[in-house]
Amino acid sequence: MTGDPPVAGTVDLGPLSFADGAHLLIQRELGRVRPGDRVAVTGRDPALGVDVRAWCRGQGHGLEWPDGRDGVVAVVRRGTADTDRWSGAERAGRPEPSDLVARPPSRWGLGARGALLEAGGPKASFDLDDRDLVWAAIAPRLYAQAAARQWNPATAVEWDAAFELTPDVEAAVVQVMTYLVENEQAALVVPARFVGRIHPYFREVVQLLAVQMADEARHMEVFSRRALLRGDRLARSSAGGRASLFTLVSETDFALSSFLLSVLGEGTFVDLLSFLDRHAPDPVTRRICQLAGQDERRHVLFGMAHLENQATADPALRDRLRAAIHRRHDALIDTAGLNQEVLDALVLLAAGSWAPEDIASGSRAVRQLQHAMDEGRQRRLVRLGFGADEAAALSALHTRNFM
Amino acid sequence: MTRPGVLLGAVAYDAKVVTIWQGFRAWLSRHGLDFDFVLYSHYERQVEALLAGRLDVAWNSPLAWIRASRLASVAGTTVAAVAMRDTDRDLTSVILARADSDVHALADLDGRPVAVGAVDSPQATLIPLDHLAAAGIVVRPRRFDVGVGLHGDHVGGEREAARALMAGEVDAACMIDANRLAFVKEGVLPPDGTTIVAQTAAYDHCNLTATAPDSAGVSLLAELLLTMSYADPEVRHLLDLEGLTTWLPGRTIGYTALDSAVDRYRFYARDGRITVADYQP
Repeated sequence: MTGDPPVAGTVDLGPLSFADGAHLLIQRELGRVRPGDRVAVTGRDPALGVDVRAWCRGQGHGLEWPDGRDGVVAVVRRGTADTDRWSGAERAGRPEPSDLVARPPSRWGLGARGALLEAGGPKASFDLDDRDLVWAAIAPRLYAQAAARQWNPATAVEWDAAFELTPDVEAAVVQVMTYLVENEQAALVVPARFVGRIHPYFREVVQLLAVQMADEARHMEVFSRRALLRGDRLARSSAGGRASLFTLVSETDFALSSFLLSVLGEGTFVDLLSFLDRHAPDPVTRRICQLAGQDERRHVLFGMAHLENQATADPALRDRLRAAIHRRHDALIDTAGLNQEVLDALVLLAAGSWAPEDIASGSRAVRQLQHAMDEGRQRRLVRLGFGADEAAALSALHTRNFM
Repeated sequence: MTRPGVLLGAVAYDAKVVTIWQGFRAWLSRHGLDFDFVLYSHYERQVEALLAGRLDVAWNSPLAWIRASRLASVAGTTVAAVAMRDTDRDLTSVILARADSDVHALADLDGRPVAVGAVDSPQATLIPLDHLAAAGIVVRPRRFDVGVGLHGDHVGGEREAARALMAGEVDAACMIDANRLAFVKEGVLPPDGTTIVAQTAAYDHCNLTATAPDSAGVSLLAELLLTMSYADPEVRHLLDLEGLTTWLPGRTIGYTALDSAVDRYRFYARDGRITVADYQP
């Protein structure tokens, strides 16, 4: 007996050195005793005495050198640095998405939801931090669905499928594809501007938007690839069409952006993709419009869910949505807002030939498309709480560029 | 009523020194001390400024402490160590050889090349060389003068010494105990590639040196540092940067080995003059 108070624990390191992780075993044993308690260390590594001294010093643990009996190399007295470090720690809420706080503090920043956060981290500025503004209960489910339905552009489309088109119809397809690529670019850039502003605590929303961006990236790829499948150049891009898309990109309010892009724009876009699915002159065009359409429907679903949620919490939201439609309409009033080449191409695709009766039928189909788009917008506006008359008036103000 | 004040000197051996002392300054100021700091590019000028009365305290290396004591003594005054980090106590240095070499004991190094740190490094040059000399071993030191004037605060000299050992340019290398493991983690030393030929006795490292330890400002500084807690998230990252978990009262019992080395290698004269050759901070 040395006369010292008994040790509270012993750790035998065997041949293990500090270079190979001896500190893990000592740390584990120290975790079982209270600060001030002593843990005896035995082991055979020749450098153990040197390393245990250096390690304890750095960790704020005390150290005693026994007389070497019983093979004890050192006795470590647990310090308080470890408990001090975690004394002010807090949980970043609960992990379940069903139990979210209304406004996660900025100090939670990039901490994982539900993790134990050491105090003193940076206050990260994620300004979209209001549950009512950001969250929708459907987000986790939509994310899971979105992740499960990612498709591979290389294999999901039979790119070498055989088909023959007249040069005019092929040119119409290329014109529509050019227009679709531009729309998809806008649809990728818009959520990208918000993802970095949303508090990561609402991680399912961030994940969903990230997958949404990946969707748009694939759409850009397949529409570009179809445009170049039989030729080497894309078609025309109107200044008015680009002006219309740019009003989406320049909207800095998350709710309004979501409204203009997802509810009105992508909602209308879904109708266009269905139209192209019906009237596609070749299997490749049909397939890519189907694939993109199923993704876009999911984008609309989230936009709607998130705005319905917010409209319930904030009755003034509708005023802002109304104002946003007017503002965008005013911004576009001096532009054509429409790519006439695209509209003509759609007529030709629906017509299938230059025969006057076919062109007439194609024109009717495009008018029906525009009508269906208008009805869809009105339906979604009514779901957000607008009266039927106002929904009709607001829908009529929507850009002629479709998105 | 004016608040007690302190002007501290610190050596800017790394950019983090600014972060550390800016942070401490804000904290000390909130706790009632009118605190400011001046940065020096090397310890010699800092010690001279302290003794000339331009500083109230100096955050001194052990070598700077010895010079301050000697300069004070010749001036008929004293200096005191008012605080130090927990990590400044009971350090050791080690002398390493390659595991596959014929060096197994200190005596095997007689007449052989041994890598050391910078000329002014207490832990990697002065103390281990003194340890060897005290055992009657005469080696051929190969110095790695990185950060001269920083009294070994720059780890570069020790790292170069370790590299020289593994490159076979020398038969042993000297370094502070914790750096052996650090260099293994960095990949500079292979995990099983070295053996420890010798370990010095424990010595102390830095301290806060004051010329008037009982002045209101310095007393308050020492008192406040001792209350600084690792549990306080405002200062914890500063303590991490400065490499401590708690401040302790200063003590001066751990500088005898270095004092002896300073004399043996005529680093400073007894009156504090710099007498070592090839030393240009």
